[in-house]
Amino acid sequence: MHRPAGKRFPWHLVVFLAPAVVVYTLFMVYPLLDSLRLSFFTSGPGNERIFAGIQNYVTLFTNEDWSWHFWNAFKNNLIFFAVHMLVQNPIGLLLASLLAARVRGHAVYRTLLFMPTVLSVVIIGFIWQLILNPLWGVSETILELVNLGGLYRPWLGRSSSALITVSLISVWQFVGIPMILFYTALIGIPHELIEAARVDGASGWAIFWRVKFPLILPTVGIVAILTFVGNFNAFDLIYTMKGALAGPDFSTDIMGTFFYRSFFGQQLQLGNPTMGATVAAMMFLIILVGVLLYMVFWQRRITTYEV
Amino acid sequence: MASVAKARRPEEAWHYHLNRRLRALSAHVVLLAYVVIALFPIILILMNSFKGRQAIFGEPFALPLGETFDLIGYETVFARASFQTYFLNSIIVTGASLLLVLIAGSMASYALAEYDFPGNPLLGLYLAIGIMIPIRLGTVGILELMVNLSLVNKLLSLILVYIAQGLPLTIFILTEFMRQVPQEMKDAARIDGASEYRIYLLVLPLIRPALGAIGIFTMIPIWNDLWFPLVLAPSSRTATITLGVQQFLGQFVSDWNAVLAALTLAMVPILIFYIIFSRQMIRSITAGAIK
Repeated sequence: MHRPAGKRFPWHLVVFLAPAVVVYTLFMVYPLLDSLRLSFFTSGPGNERIFAGIQNYVTLFTNEDWSWHFWNAFKNNLIFFAVHMLVQNPIGLLLASLLAARVRGHAVYRTLLFMPTVLSVVIIGFIWQLILNPLWGVSETILELVNLGGLYRPWLGRSSSALITVSLISVWQFVGIPMILFYTALIGIPHELIEAARVDGASGWAIFWRVKFPLILPTVGIVAILTFVGNFNAFDLIYTMKGALAGPDFSTDIMGTFFYRSFFGQQLQLGNPTMGATVAAMMFLIILVGVLLYMVFWQRRITTYEV
Repeated sequence: MASVAKARRPEEAWHYHLNRRLRALSAHVVLLAYVVIALFPIILILMNSFKGRQAIFGEPFALPLGETFDLIGYETVFARASFQTYFLNSIIVTGASLLLVLIAGSMASYALAEYDFPGNPLLGLYLAIGIMIPIRLGTVGILELMVNLSLVNKLLSLILVYIAQGLPLTIFILTEFMRQVPQEMKDAARIDGASEYRIYLLVLPLIRPALGAIGIFTMIPIWNDLWFPLVLAPSSRTATITLGVQQFLGQFVSDWNAVLAALTLAMVPILIFYIIFSRQMIRSITAGAIK
């Protein structure tokens, strides 16, 4: 750190900081706070804003039309998150540990495995919609190849399986992110530690769970919180595959699509910006609670381990 | 690892090597299987986009060779959709946002890393909040703001939002890199009478790898975003490639040739870009994650 001599006003500081601070404040912080503020207002007949206190929140939680959708989207979003935690992150860890063992061609594998992650969710959504489409029938053909043709169902079209199906498609696309993060953490482990355990006669399995895994616990926490924030902010995939109505029967509705519908409306219902702001405020709260829980419980535990 | 094997008795070493071979083999089996899972859907779409309707349904797994080869899908796409406009819009929006994120972000992180002014840590924290809070939650406020500024359906609205979205992580990571630039170099330049702006320009080339990496990392979500084009600039004149493809696919959903061709056209540029820059990109995530 350096403080230039002289007592003139440090104009260069203003020049360096102003562009970023101004754009960030004006187009991110201010709209976020403004959205929170708007959640305490309603629109009058001439579209003017009328202060309404917590009325929007009362409506959201007590009016059947709203509360059912809110809890439905929240529940679905939890399932969406659970599928990512139980499928995406373990597969990511498995692939990362195989790559970190430096098998021949690991760089090529790494590049290929990460490929779906860089594509737009819109493209991915449509690709899977085609592949699972009974009209085309490719997924049924593939299942028949392994003698499981009888298992095929139009998974996306049934309310019992649509949510799990879109969750798994999202897992398929984003498994590259935990893979790369775990991979980075694993190759960062000092070689001597692993060598020492091996000399002591520990098996590969034991080395992984007793030596490597405890050392990458901070990354496990980071992956979990990134998954949480990403999942509770997701929208594109459901909107692309199932539209704003997140059918069938709202069975794939998550917070992002619910937010979009309340803000912009849907076929029969007009959009309601202040209710949209209220839903966004609830999403903000959910994400904030998640981040705080992570910081209080996970990060603190990790630091005490390190001491 | 080899040294350990040598230190053991011969038969143990032999076991050790066999074990290693088997483990490497099973690793390849799992990795290859997952590569198939990851790439098969993409390849299937690419392949079938070059076929006629009959072949798409009749032989979906066959290569588009000889009789089955057909460009009808591409003809429909080029005749019915203004993909050139969408591409141009995406390039303008992504390019401008990226450039401005890097300029404003590097300037701010230089100031945060270099000067000890009151409120420095607090400002750093303020700028970092945006890493965890998705900008999407401020959409209601952003739309009102853009309406007031008459920027709706203008590419500039997207550029401004994407700069704000990209800045927090860029500043967070670049500040770390700026701190690693040797102090002596900057002090020497100061003694030579260089202005603070001049020193910033001297430092910039030193963190070029970080700039490149963070640039790629910032770029992909902007290029792929559906939400803000949908909300802020949905007109056909301002649609980006992601939104344009989404709308085109919605309209032509029953024209399989056109759908497959449009998907391929939307995928190929980003895949080529990725293959060229994959090493640097993965390194950028790696560098960010080690922090």
